[in-house]
Amino acid sequence: MNVILFHLMAYADLDFEATKDHETVWMKLPNKFYDPVKGHKLYNRYLDELEYAEALGFDGVAVNEHHQTAYGLMPSPIVMASALARRTKRVKIAILGSALPLREHPMTVAEEYAMLDVITGGRLIAGFVRGIGAEYHTFGLNPTISHERFHEAHDLIVQAWTQLGPTSFSGRHYNVDYVNLWPRPFQNPHPPIWVPSQGSKETIDWAAHPDHRYTYLQTFSPAKTVEKYLQSYRDTAEQFGYEAADSQLGWAVPIYVADTDVQAISEAREPFELFRNRLLKMPFEMLLPPGYTSRDSLKRMMAAKATLSQSLTIETAMDMGMIVCGSPATVRQRLQAHWNDMHFDNLLTMLHFGTLSEALTRRNMELFGTEVLPHIQALKRPAPAATTSN
Amino acid sequence: MAFEESFVTVDGCRTRMRRAGTGPTVLYLHGANGAPAIQPFMQELAKDFDLLVPEHPGFGLSDEPEWLENMQDLAYFYLDLLDDLGLESLHVVGSSMGGWLAMEMAVREPRRFKSLTLVGTAGVRAPGVLPGDIFLWDAETAARNTFFNQEIARQVLAMAPATEAEQDAALKNRHTVARLAWQPRLYDPDLPKWLHRLAMPIKLIWGDHDKIMPLATGKALQSRLPNARLEVVKECGHLPQVEFPGEFCASVKKFIEKVN
Repeated sequence: MNVILFHLMAYADLDFEATKDHETVWMKLPNKFYDPVKGHKLYNRYLDELEYAEALGFDGVAVNEHHQTAYGLMPSPIVMASALARRTKRVKIAILGSALPLREHPMTVAEEYAMLDVITGGRLIAGFVRGIGAEYHTFGLNPTISHERFHEAHDLIVQAWTQLGPTSFSGRHYNVDYVNLWPRPFQNPHPPIWVPSQGSKETIDWAAHPDHRYTYLQTFSPAKTVEKYLQSYRDTAEQFGYEAADSQLGWAVPIYVADTDVQAISEAREPFELFRNRLLKMPFEMLLPPGYTSRDSLKRMMAAKATLSQSLTIETAMDMGMIVCGSPATVRQRLQAHWNDMHFDNLLTMLHFGTLSEALTRRNMELFGTEVLPHIQALKRPAPAATTSN
Repeated sequence: MAFEESFVTVDGCRTRMRRAGTGPTVLYLHGANGAPAIQPFMQELAKDFDLLVPEHPGFGLSDEPEWLENMQDLAYFYLDLLDDLGLESLHVVGSSMGGWLAMEMAVREPRRFKSLTLVGTAGVRAPGVLPGDIFLWDAETAARNTFFNQEIARQVLAMAPATEAEQDAALKNRHTVARLAWQPRLYDPDLPKWLHRLAMPIKLIWGDHDKIMPLATGKALQSRLPNARLEVVKECGHLPQVEFPGEFCASVKKFIEKVN
């Protein structure tokens, strides 16, 4: 399978004590708590870590987009991908993804992605997301038209990539009389499109559609939930009349490796619990504004509201399969077992999370890279029969 | 007084209407929380007026039409509805988003409206004055911030949607409010250009402790309207008609009778 190092670039220098009375680090946490001098060091450290992944044998590196939050410092993942484009030679660079509806004009994403794809000679993986609920608050953008804008932006981008121009595009939200991209993307017909999600039915239906067959990534979730949604993707594909390939499925999960299980848990505890219980935490109304999901989905989430906001210990999170943590043998065995259950062909490893120090992040990467990576890269099933593939 | 309930279909949208009383016709336009039930102030107004209380498209038991995308759509719909009902001339009382709706209707057909009573109205923004962030509030915060009298807030919270149908209606209302008023937040940037068309008598009623549409918005709006008086209700939040129904109805009655 493809194994990718996925970095969220948390603001690890956050003063968690001084900010503990703020109910969330999203949207409203005063930015006086951000120190640009520390930020300078962090960006460069995190980029070094991503570059190191190439030397360790990873298949790819990944970045993502979030706004106005200590959870992650990449309001523009394209800036980070650009920094990586010239410092790496082999790995895929996955942007997971650009939040299309937040852009004033999707042509800018089509262009910037095409630039990256040409610069890297076809190493770009093009992730598309809607942005999370909080971002509709920060941008003042209407969440009830988020799906519409996402779909339309996607249609325009794919048209710009695949049809020789000039063509024109007429939509409800975007109208362009001259679609004529310079540069055109390097990969033919276009860079692979990946769709990270927390598992909304609307997203799975759209990604699995025979016209798309986009790689679906389940982001940070309990293993049972991941299994449920990956299976839901396979079932949806089957209803569409084809068999989904393993390469259409992926999982993003924090992983921590140390010499022994006890040591791993002890070292990962604080950084992971801060990640899960502080950086991810936000009020329900912030996470799910009206219209961001269907009302049926919203009602299901409301029913699970208490569970969502509960703090977790690392032990509970390990039991739930939200983090894979332990000795190299334990981590190999857990990942093999998860793969046996789900057969995802893309694993996005989050080897840094929360406040994990540079030294521990590097050791985690090295142990994972030497003791685990070759083993799981070898996990592979044959693709489904050719008649059903794209 | 018994309100007669009916459904009116206009522009392909089946709309719930309640109507009671005789006298000058008054259309009540509800705000973001909808108008699922007849409230005491409506009973009171129906003693002196022919009072119509619809549920807007996208709210409560009314349809949720595809075409409903903004407040201007809703204004044109209501002008069609008034044509359908044969109401050539009438008074409007609008609360919050309902006040905004009343202004959008009246700039388009000013001669149809004998008077407007706008209660803590949305629709315009005073420089530097932000409305309360209603979409970020949980139910408890919303109730606390809606009323000055916290006893009423407690009662409202105690009456939280009990059945699944009521919960569905609340989610539907919230969705429609977001669709119409999320962006730009609770106002129409083009409306101030045409406020001079609202030459009819206008009464602005505002709670001095309105945390949703701050009183500063009312003061700024009054200065833009040719014929408007601002009445400030002391120790009152966003809904004077709920916190002080007696005083509110007396004031509306006096205003409309004087205009008539």
